[in-house]
Amino acid sequence: MKRKMNGYLLAGLVLTGTLTLLILLGFFWTPYNPTAMSGSEKLLAPSLWHLMGTDNFGRDIFSRVLKGAGTTFLIALCTVAIGGVFGTLVGALTGYFDGAVDSILMRLNDAMTAFPSILLALVIISILGGGKYNVILALGLVFIPSFARVTRTAFAALRDVNYVKSARLMGAGSARILIAHMLPNTMQVLLPAVTIGFNNAVLAEASMSYLGIGVQPPDASLGYMLSESQGMLGSAPWYALGTGLMIVLLIFGVGLIGEGLQRRNGEVD
Amino acid sequence: MKKRILSALLLIGLLCSVLSGCGDGSAAAGSGEQSSTGSSTGETVQGGEITVGIAQDLDDSLDPHYAVAAGTKEVMFNVFEGLMKPSPDGDLICAVADHYNISDDRLTYTFTLRSGVKFHNGETVTADDVVYSIERCADTSGGAPLVAAFSNIQSVKATDDHTVVITLKQADNEFLSYLTTAIIPKDYDQQATAPVGTGPFKFVSRTAQDSIVLERFDDYWGQKAYLDKVTFKIIENADSLVLSLQSGAIDLCGHLTSTQVAQLSGYNILEGTMNLVQALYLNNAQKPFDDVRVRQALCYAVDKQQVLDLVSDGHGKAIGSSMYPAFKKYFMDDLTDYYTQNIQKAKELLTEAGYPDGFSMTITVPANYQPHVDTAQVLVEQLKAIGVNATIQPVEWDTWLSEVYSNHNYQSTVIGVDAANMTARALLERFTTGNSGNFINYSNADYDALFAQAQATGDEDEQTAIYKKMEQNLTENAANVYIQDLADLVAIKPELEGFQFYPIYVLDLSGIHYVK
Repeated sequence: MKRKMNGYLLAGLVLTGTLTLLILLGFFWTPYNPTAMSGSEKLLAPSLWHLMGTDNFGRDIFSRVLKGAGTTFLIALCTVAIGGVFGTLVGALTGYFDGAVDSILMRLNDAMTAFPSILLALVIISILGGGKYNVILALGLVFIPSFARVTRTAFAALRDVNYVKSARLMGAGSARILIAHMLPNTMQVLLPAVTIGFNNAVLAEASMSYLGIGVQPPDASLGYMLSESQGMLGSAPWYALGTGLMIVLLIFGVGLIGEGLQRRNGEVD
Repeated sequence: MKKRILSALLLIGLLCSVLSGCGDGSAAAGSGEQSSTGSSTGETVQGGEITVGIAQDLDDSLDPHYAVAAGTKEVMFNVFEGLMKPSPDGDLICAVADHYNISDDRLTYTFTLRSGVKFHNGETVTADDVVYSIERCADTSGGAPLVAAFSNIQSVKATDDHTVVITLKQADNEFLSYLTTAIIPKDYDQQATAPVGTGPFKFVSRTAQDSIVLERFDDYWGQKAYLDKVTFKIIENADSLVLSLQSGAIDLCGHLTSTQVAQLSGYNILEGTMNLVQALYLNNAQKPFDDVRVRQALCYAVDKQQVLDLVSDGHGKAIGSSMYPAFKKYFMDDLTDYYTQNIQKAKELLTEAGYPDGFSMTITVPANYQPHVDTAQVLVEQLKAIGVNATIQPVEWDTWLSEVYSNHNYQSTVIGVDAANMTARALLERFTTGNSGNFINYSNADYDALFAQAQATGDEDEQTAIYKKMEQNLTENAANVYIQDLADLVAIKPELEGFQFYPIYVLDLSGIHYVK
């Protein structure tokens, strides 16, 4: 495996790193209190004091974008964690053990894939109710099949490779083989999948909150803010722009990392 | 894999272009402000049709005697009339009745029906229909009567085809106002799906979650409506409502916020009052709101003027009890400032009540009413100052009606409560113990006693004084966190005229017409 940096990876890391720092900063400090309202500062255009202007309640949009991006970031991260861990587990089991386990789990997987993912998430949300944690749960569940599919292929390909065979001959247990020998070698498939999954999660969260079924006020996420800003497109276009820009940059950065990882692994289409 | 990124970027690009496309042309907010109802400038045109935007479906009932939602009554005002009807000035004028006579002891009301008044189904209104309609609302076989004031009726009789005599058990100054109750044809059982009344417009159809269509009733007894057809378009999503207005698909729409209005061009904006008592209504039966100190603490935490400033640029009128200023006789402006924001005091009260660190609460808000959603957001922020952590739970309108209004299954809600007619009773009776409209579960013995007194007294001045005491009772016991009577911003196409504001929550379409 070549361990070389490339332009995509570097640009992606720089962009995502900067944004992550900003978001982390937002957890502890924002220029203004993101929920503080002020009647005298309604709908101000962007200025040095309010980098992205203010909304209809006089709240500083930049501060809100930082907080909102934090929520979105957190949701996407947890979603990918749930989907990634359980998906990899399913993928590893089905890929390594052939037969009944494979058939049953993968048919279940197919059944889940048959539902459009957002629709499935909607069903889960309508049963559990909205809110940050239910969104994480719903999206996490929805993301399991795609991870399972990707990792299953990787594990299946490694199953009959010589070093796995020798480990098996030396008496290593299945768990050890899966975790110590096979998992590290699936990383080059898994990591790009994680970056793509992350981006999909950001978009999924944004569209769900945009539709008003995801994060609820006073929690703000980028999607929710985007839907809020729609009503003010005429009087405060900077609200939609600032929020939209954050989503674009977030996705673009992580997308670049994914692209860079794939190029590094030499599997470019 | 590269394709995925590309498509994601494309998607975002598309989204941005769609969004910016919607914003086109609305940046220049050249809406002409106009605060009166507008004087006629052109030639009145007979005919034409308009589309009116409304934020809610008529989920409760189309049957006028069973409708409870202000939004439903607002639309059906054009379809139904009672013996009397309200005028834009707040007076009562004769509708189905031609004239009436009240006996000296004020117990017997004799109504002579207007001759030739027709129902929308073509049949002539007879005294029997009137008796049927009133008896239907006075019927106690299903528990409380549909119109509580009718429990005072001793008898309703048709003495001939066009005379109805109503006898009361005791004199009631406000009784006449309650005769705005809709007159419907006798023994017609389709009211809930195909309502038939006597109003200037007849009901044509309702498509659930989509629209309600009314047409002019050509056999109307009075000044016939100008428009041929009115379509009420139901748009529960506030953003879609604004987009529809921007696209010009809607000719008339009321109850807008100042932020929404700022997005519009090509409309005249009229300003009136919503005629609602907007408040943070508290479920008085639920912890922690069963403690008067907690309720008072919330009152002390709220800055009404800031709500007005943030939600409607200062338009609207702050209030302090269940009465709004259009009720000149009963409105007590001194109650408005009974509680002024005092964080220290609020915290003390909370500590006394056993919540030194505040508590968490849920505000259920109908998501289709932007002014209420906005108000709730400001309240959440203001309540933080006393350690109360409020969460907003947006719900659909029919969920609100069933869960909050009917089942009382909520903690607090922001909503506006309207008056069915121009009497204090219409606003105050609902808070008596056990009343079907008492969705806040307010139960106060003094209040109930005062209400009984108000009904028993024959003297109008004394009655007014008692009603004022009732308002005071609500304020002192902090039944709810009273906020305001909202400003009603109405967007209307410049080629339309004749819009009239009423002192109650109705939308009268009969006078609206195109001008050349």
